[in-house]
Amino acid sequence: MKTAEEILAAIKTALPEAKVELVQNPSVSGQHSLVVAPEDGLAVAVFLRDDSELALDFCSNATGVDWLDKETTEKVKATEVVDGEEKVIEKTVKHIQPGYLESVYHLYSMRQKHGPVIFRMRTANRTDQVELPSMTPVWRSCEFQEREIFDLFGIVFKGHPDLRRILMWDEFEDHPMRRDYVDPDDYEYEPTPHDEVLKRAQEHQAQQNEAKQAAEVTQ
Amino acid sequence: MSTAAFKSYRPPVIEPSNEGELLEVAMGPHHPSTHGVFRMDVALDGEIVIKLKPVFGYLHRNHEKIAEKASYLASMPYTDRLDYFCSMTNNWAYAIAVEKLAGIEVPERAQYIRVITAELTRIQNHASAIGFLLQEMGASGTPLMYAFREREKILDIFEELSGSRMMCNYMRFGGCRVELPKDWLEKVAAIVDGLPRFIDEIEALLTGNEILMARTQGVGVLKPDLAVNAGITGPMLRATGVNYDIRKVDRYGIYDRFEFRVPLGDHGDIYDRYMVRVLEMRESVGILRQALKDVPAGPIVDPKQKVRGFRPKPGEAYGRIEGPKGELGFYLISDGSGNPYRYRVRPPSLINLTVLEDMCIGQNVADVVLTFGSVDIVLGEVDR
Amino acid sequence: MLGEGIVKGLAETAKNFAGSFVSKERLTTVQYPEERVEPIENTRDFPFLVYDGSDPMAGLRCVACQICEKECPPKCIYITKSTDKKPDYVGKPQIYPARFDIDISVCMSCQICVEVCPFEAIKMDTEFELSTTDRFEGLILDREQLAKSNEYYNKIHPTEAAEVDARLAEEKAKVEAKAKAAAAAAAAKAAAPASGETTAKPAPQKDPAKEPGA
Repeated sequence: MKTAEEILAAIKTALPEAKVELVQNPSVSGQHSLVVAPEDGLAVAVFLRDDSELALDFCSNATGVDWLDKETTEKVKATEVVDGEEKVIEKTVKHIQPGYLESVYHLYSMRQKHGPVIFRMRTANRTDQVELPSMTPVWRSCEFQEREIFDLFGIVFKGHPDLRRILMWDEFEDHPMRRDYVDPDDYEYEPTPHDEVLKRAQEHQAQQNEAKQAAEVTQ
Repeated sequence: MSTAAFKSYRPPVIEPSNEGELLEVAMGPHHPSTHGVFRMDVALDGEIVIKLKPVFGYLHRNHEKIAEKASYLASMPYTDRLDYFCSMTNNWAYAIAVEKLAGIEVPERAQYIRVITAELTRIQNHASAIGFLLQEMGASGTPLMYAFREREKILDIFEELSGSRMMCNYMRFGGCRVELPKDWLEKVAAIVDGLPRFIDEIEALLTGNEILMARTQGVGVLKPDLAVNAGITGPMLRATGVNYDIRKVDRYGIYDRFEFRVPLGDHGDIYDRYMVRVLEMRESVGILRQALKDVPAGPIVDPKQKVRGFRPKPGEAYGRIEGPKGELGFYLISDGSGNPYRYRVRPPSLINLTVLEDMCIGQNVADVVLTFGSVDIVLGEVDR
Repeated sequence: MLGEGIVKGLAETAKNFAGSFVSKERLTTVQYPEERVEPIENTRDFPFLVYDGSDPMAGLRCVACQICEKECPPKCIYITKSTDKKPDYVGKPQIYPARFDIDISVCMSCQICVEVCPFEAIKMDTEFELSTTDRFEGLILDREQLAKSNEYYNKIHPTEAAEVDARLAEEKAKVEAKAKAAAAAAAAKAAAPASGETTAKPAPQKDPAKEPGA
C-alpha cells in the first residue's frame, strides 16, 4: 500500500493540473486524506479507480461533514496618532474563517486488498455555493450515500442521476445534520418532567393558541 | 478539467411492451416481506418489473445526530439498535473505530471474547436470514422456527453474559464490560457442539429441495464487477465470487490466529447467497472451536480506560469490521471534546440495497420479494 | 430423482415432529404465563435504587450526585437534590435525592447508570411485568417505587451483589479503621478517651456483608 504522500505524487504525475493537497490527520489512526478541488474531483476519482496499481475500485463510505465558520481573534499592535501624540495601541482583530461543507470518501481496493485512501472535496461556503461533483458515475455505491448527504447536509451533487431526499420526507426543508440546525419545537406531549423540551413545547402550544384566537377574531 | 470516457454502472433499461399499460405498485411500507417498514415503488409491465425505486426513512431517527450530541460511551447502547440482530458486532465496530481514534490497546482475553461473541452473532444472523428467506418463499414457519430455536440458545448465552438478549451493550473501548460468568465458556462449547447438527438439519431440509432450487437458481443475479463498483459487501458480494472478507483483509482483532476459509459463490444468484450463508455458519463454528480452546486469563478491559470523561485527541478515524450483513464501518471525527464532532455509520444494509433495482429489473413480482429477502437487511440500520 | 430433496426435507420435519413428543430438545416453547423459564442471573431490565436496613427512604445509598442523570443516554432520570443531609453507609452525612424519577417508557435498559454510579446505589432489576393502564404517569417510577432492599438485590443477582457487598464492607472497615486511628490520635492528644468513639459508630445500620445471601 502506498502512503498518502506517494498517492499524491502519483496523482501529480498523472494529472499535473489537478489541485490536490494532503491533509494530515493528527490522530494515532494515521489516516491522512487528500483534498481535491471540486473541479478536478471527477478526473482524480477516475484516476484512482482505474489506475492499475492503486485500483481503488471499492468506495466503502461516503459522508458529509459540516464545518462552521471559525472565528479567531488576534491581538495586533498598531501605532496611532491620538491627540497629536503617537501611541502604541493594542487592538483585537477578528478573523472569520468561512465554514464549508465537505464530502468524504473512503476508498479501498478489492483487487489489491489495500486501503483506505481518503478523498475529500470542499464547497466554497455553507449557504449558496454548495455544489460538488457527484462520484456516483465512478462508484455506484455512492448513489444512496450521496442522496443521504444531500438530504442531511445539503450538498448538491452535480451529475447525480437521481438526487432526491432519501431519509427525510420530500416536503422537509432543512438539513438536520448541519451543526447549526435548530430542532423544531412542536413536540408531542412528553411526560418526562425533563427540562426545556417541555417548556418549549408549552411555548409552542401557547403561540399556536394565540394564532388560532387571532384567526377567530378576524373571522 | 475534462475526463475521458470511463465505465459507469446504471440499472438496465427495459422497453415496456406497451407504454400505456404500465402498472405502478407501491410494495410496502407494510408488507410482511419488507422486514419492517420499507417501500418499493415498482412499475410493472404485466408481471415483469420495469422499474423499481426503494423508498426509505420510515424508521429514521437520526442516530448520527443523537450520537454527536451524546458522549462517546452513550452512543454504545444506541449502536445495538442499528442492526438489532447483531448488536455484538455493532458494538465491536464502534469500539474498533474509537480504539483507532484514540489508540487504545485491547487485552488478549477481551479479543477472544469479542471473536466468540461476534461469530455466535454471525451464526444466529445467518440462521435467521435463511429462515426469513424461506418464509418469503412461502415455506411458512418450519425453517424459520428451526432457525429461531437455535438462535434462542445463542441469545440465552448473550443474556447470561451481558444481561440482555438482543441489546447487549457489551463492548467497551479497550475491551468488554463485564467478566464472563461462571461456566460460560463451557456452555458456549456445548452450544457450538450442537450447531453442526442444526446446520446439517437445515441443509437436509433445504439444500437439495427442488422447489427452493427452482425458485432461487438464476434469480436475482448480480455480476461481480457491478457488485464491487456498487460497494456490496458481506455474503452478497462473496456469492458473486469476489473474495473479499474483511476478517482476512484487515485481520482486525485476532482473526489472523484462526484458520478459516472464505466461501464463494459462482453465479451470484439467490441460491448462492443461501449457500454462502450456510457455509459461513460452518466456518464460524470452526473459528469458535479454535477460539474456545485457548481463551487466556487476564484483564477484560484496558485498566487505564476510565468509564466516564473519555476525550480522545483531535483527529479522525474510520474503523470497520466484517459484520454478518457486510462491512460495518464507523467514521469518527474528534475535536477533543467529550462527544464526537462527526459520527457516521456505514450501514451495510443500506448500501447492499443499491443494486436491488439492477437485480429485480426484468423479473417477476414474486421474485422481487425473494431477491429483496436474500439481501438480508434490517431496517433499523437502513434508516438509522 | 426429482422430488428426492423434498422427501428428504419432509423426513427431517417428520423427525422433528415425532421427536417433539419425547425430547425436550425439540420442543422448546414454553407456555407463558402458566409456565416460566428459569430466570437468568445477569438479566437486566430497568434500574432500581438499593437501600440498606429496613427503612427504604433512610437507607438509600444514593447521594444525588446526578452522575447517572448526566450520563444517561436517553435522559430518562430526573433527580432533585435534598437541602439537608443524612448519614450514608459509612456514617458520613450526605445529601440524598429529594426526588428521583425514572421514566421507564424512555429508559432503554442500557445499564450505563449502573456502570457510572460510584456509590453502588443504582442496580438493574429483573422485573418485566410492568404493564399499566396509564401510559404517561404510570410509567414514571418515583423514589418510593424504585427503592428496593439489598436483600432483594442479593436475591436477583447473587454473584454480583456478593461482590458489591464485600467491596462496601471493605470500604467501611477502612473508613472505620481510619476514624478509629483518628479518634485514638485525638484521644491521645486530648487525653480524653471517650470523645472520638461516637464518630466511629455510624447511624444504626446493618453490616451488608453479614446479611443472609452475602
